[in-house]
Amino acid sequence: MTDTREQFRPPDHPHDHFLLTTVVGSYPKPKWLNRARELVADEDSKFTEAHFAEAKDDAARLVTGEHERCGLDVVVDGEMRRNEMVEYFFRRIDGCEFPGRVKVWGHNYFDKPAVVDEVSCSEPWLVDEYEFTAGVATRPVKVPITGPYTLARWSFDEAYGSTEALAHDLADLVNEEIDRLVAAGARYIQIDEPALATTPDDHALVGECLERIAADVPEDVRLGLHVCYGDYSRIYPEMLEFPVHEFDLELANGDYEQIDVFTEPEFTKDLALGVVDVHDAEVESVARIKANILQGLRVVPPERLTVSPDCGLKLLPREVAYEKMANMVQAAREVEAELDAGEVDVGRVSASAD
Amino acid sequence: MTAFVATTTGVYPLPDWAKDALADLKGHQRGGLVSGDEGAEVTDVYDRARAEVVDLQRDAGLDRVVEGQLRWDDMLAHPLAVHDNVETGGIVRYYDNNNFYRDVRVVDELTADGDVAADLAALADLDVVPEARQAVLPGPYSLADLATDAHYGGEGDFLEAVAEFLAGEVAALPEVATLFLLEPSLVTAADGVDDAATAAIDRVADATDADVVVHTYWGALDEAVYGRLLDAAVDGVGHDFVHGREGSLELLAEHGSHDQLAVGAVAGRNSRVESPAEIRDAAEAAVERVGAVETVYLTPNTELCYLPVGRFEAKLRALAETAQTTEVTA
Repeated sequence: MTDTREQFRPPDHPHDHFLLTTVVGSYPKPKWLNRARELVADEDSKFTEAHFAEAKDDAARLVTGEHERCGLDVVVDGEMRRNEMVEYFFRRIDGCEFPGRVKVWGHNYFDKPAVVDEVSCSEPWLVDEYEFTAGVATRPVKVPITGPYTLARWSFDEAYGSTEALAHDLADLVNEEIDRLVAAGARYIQIDEPALATTPDDHALVGECLERIAADVPEDVRLGLHVCYGDYSRIYPEMLEFPVHEFDLELANGDYEQIDVFTEPEFTKDLALGVVDVHDAEVESVARIKANILQGLRVVPPERLTVSPDCGLKLLPREVAYEKMANMVQAAREVEAELDAGEVDVGRVSASAD
Repeated sequence: MTAFVATTTGVYPLPDWAKDALADLKGHQRGGLVSGDEGAEVTDVYDRARAEVVDLQRDAGLDRVVEGQLRWDDMLAHPLAVHDNVETGGIVRYYDNNNFYRDVRVVDELTADGDVAADLAALADLDVVPEARQAVLPGPYSLADLATDAHYGGEGDFLEAVAEFLAGEVAALPEVATLFLLEPSLVTAADGVDDAATAAIDRVADATDADVVVHTYWGALDEAVYGRLLDAAVDGVGHDFVHGREGSLELLAEHGSHDQLAVGAVAGRNSRVESPAEIRDAAEAAVERVGAVETVYLTPNTELCYLPVGRFEAKLRALAETAQTTEVTA
C-alpha cells in the first residue's frame, strides 16, 4: 500500500523519527454546549436552532484549538456536533425510526434506532463538520465515522432480517459519505467498528463492508479502523486482510496483556496504539506513557506507529482529557528524540523472540 | 392436552419516567447502582414502577405475572451484585451485547440474603394470586459464569456454593406457580457443562414446589447439554426460537421434552413486534416435534431490558393474545 502517513508529518517536526499523535475522536463537551442543547429543546426558551448551531461552531473551534495546543499532529473537533455514535448517523438516514430509549449500562441510555425500511440517505452526514474543522485548524484533520457493521449491529433490524444485508446497504451509504468527504479534502478517515469486538465471528462481514468502502478511495487517503474492548485474538490475524492502512486499538485499559496477540504472525499494517486509559480519571505520567509507547514498538517499527488514546475521551473531565493528551504528546516527542539518539532498543518480538 | 401459557422472562426495561427519576437519584456512574440498601426515595420509584409493570401484564392478559426485576441494574448478575460478601468492580460486557454489568467478585461466603424474595413479596401486596405468580432467577451455571470467584478457590466448589446460595433464595420465596431459571451460559459456555452443572440446577429446583423451567438462549442448546437437562430434576426447558429455531426443533424431534417446555419465540433483543400468527407457528412447530406435552410456555427468548418501552408492551400483548387464541390441542 502507498505510504499515506508522511503527509501528516508537520513541516517543523523536531525529530527524524515521527510518531504520529492523534485522538480517536470524541472529547468532553464544554458544559455550556450541553446547556445550549437543553435550551434549544425547551419550547419556552428564546434559544433558537441558529443559536445552537453557533454554539456548536464555537465548541468545535474551541476543541480543535485545544487539540492543537496539546501539540497533536492530527486533530479532530472532538465530535462536538454529535450526540452519540450510532444515533447521530441514523438521524440522517431514511428508513428508520426511533422507538425509544434503551439501556447501555446502569442508568445510561441511548435512543436506539429501528430500521423499518430499506435504508437510504439524501443528505451529507459529516461534510459540514469536516469543512468547518479544516477551516479553523492549522493541523491536518481526521474524520471519525461509525462503520456499517456497528451501525447495523447496534440498531434494531425490523426490515432486513439479515445483519449482512443491512450492513452491506449501510456500507454503501458510508461509502457515499466518504466519497463526499474525500471530495471536500479529507485525507485521514477513521472507521469506528467497536461492534466487531462483541461479535468477532463476524470479521468476514466487516471485511466485506470495508471492501465496498475502500474500493473507491484514492490511494493517498489514509484509512484507519478503530476497534476496542474485545478479545483481539479472535480477530487476529484475519483483520490484517482488511483494506485499511492502520488499526487503532484500545490496549492501555488492559495494561497490554493482549499485546502479544499482535506479534505472531507479523503485524503488517500501521498500529495506532492506545497509550492512555479513557475510563480512568488519573492522568498517566509522561514516563508511564513512554513505557506504553515502547509496547507498541514491540509490534511495529517507529515509522508505522501512531500514538493515541484508547478510545474517545468524552467521558473524562475536560481538564483531565487535556492533561492526558498533553502528556501523551510530550511522551511521543521524548521517545522520538531517544530513537534519534539511538537510545531505544526497538526490540520487536518477531525479530528477537525471547 | 397441551395448555399454552403466556409468560415472560422478566428483567424488564424501566418505564421512561422511572429511567429519568432513577438517573436523577442514582446518577450515571457505577457507584450509584443498586447495593441492596437503597434509600426510601429510590425504593419508592421502584415500587411505583413495579406496580406499573404488574398492571401492564394483567391488562395484557398474560397467564403468569413477574415482578419485572426492575432493580437488576446488573442483569442476571444482580443477586450477587447486592450481596454483602461480593465486591462490585469495573464494567464488563454482558454476553455479546452492547450492554455492561459490574464485575461481581465473590470474596467471602455466599449466604442467602432474601433480596429476590423481598421483591417478589410485592406481588402479593399487589394482589397477584399465587397461581399467577412467576419468579425469575439466574440459573446457577450462568450466575457462576458471570461472576469471579475470589473465595472458594475451585470451579466445582464455586458452582456448588452459587447453587446453594440460589437454593436459599428460592426457599425464601413466597408461593409462586412457576420459577424460570435463566441459563444463557448453558449455550454460550456449553463446553463447561458437566454433571456438576446439572447437579447445581437440581439443587436449586429442589428448593421449591413450583414448576421449574430452565430457560436457555443466545442460540440453540448443544445436543449433549440438552441431553443432560432432560435428566435434570426440572419440569421443563426453554429454547431460543429466535436465534436457534431450527436447532431447537431438531433437539425436540430427536430427544423429546419434559412435560413442559418454553418456546422463546418473541425477540427480546429486536424491536420488531411479532404477530400472534408467528408466535403460534413456533409453538405449533415445537408441539409437532414432541407430541402432546402438558404445558407450552410462550415467552420471549431473552430477558427484555434491551427493548424500548412501547415495543416491549406490544410484545407482551402479542404473547397474551397468542395464548388466548391458540386452541388447546389434544
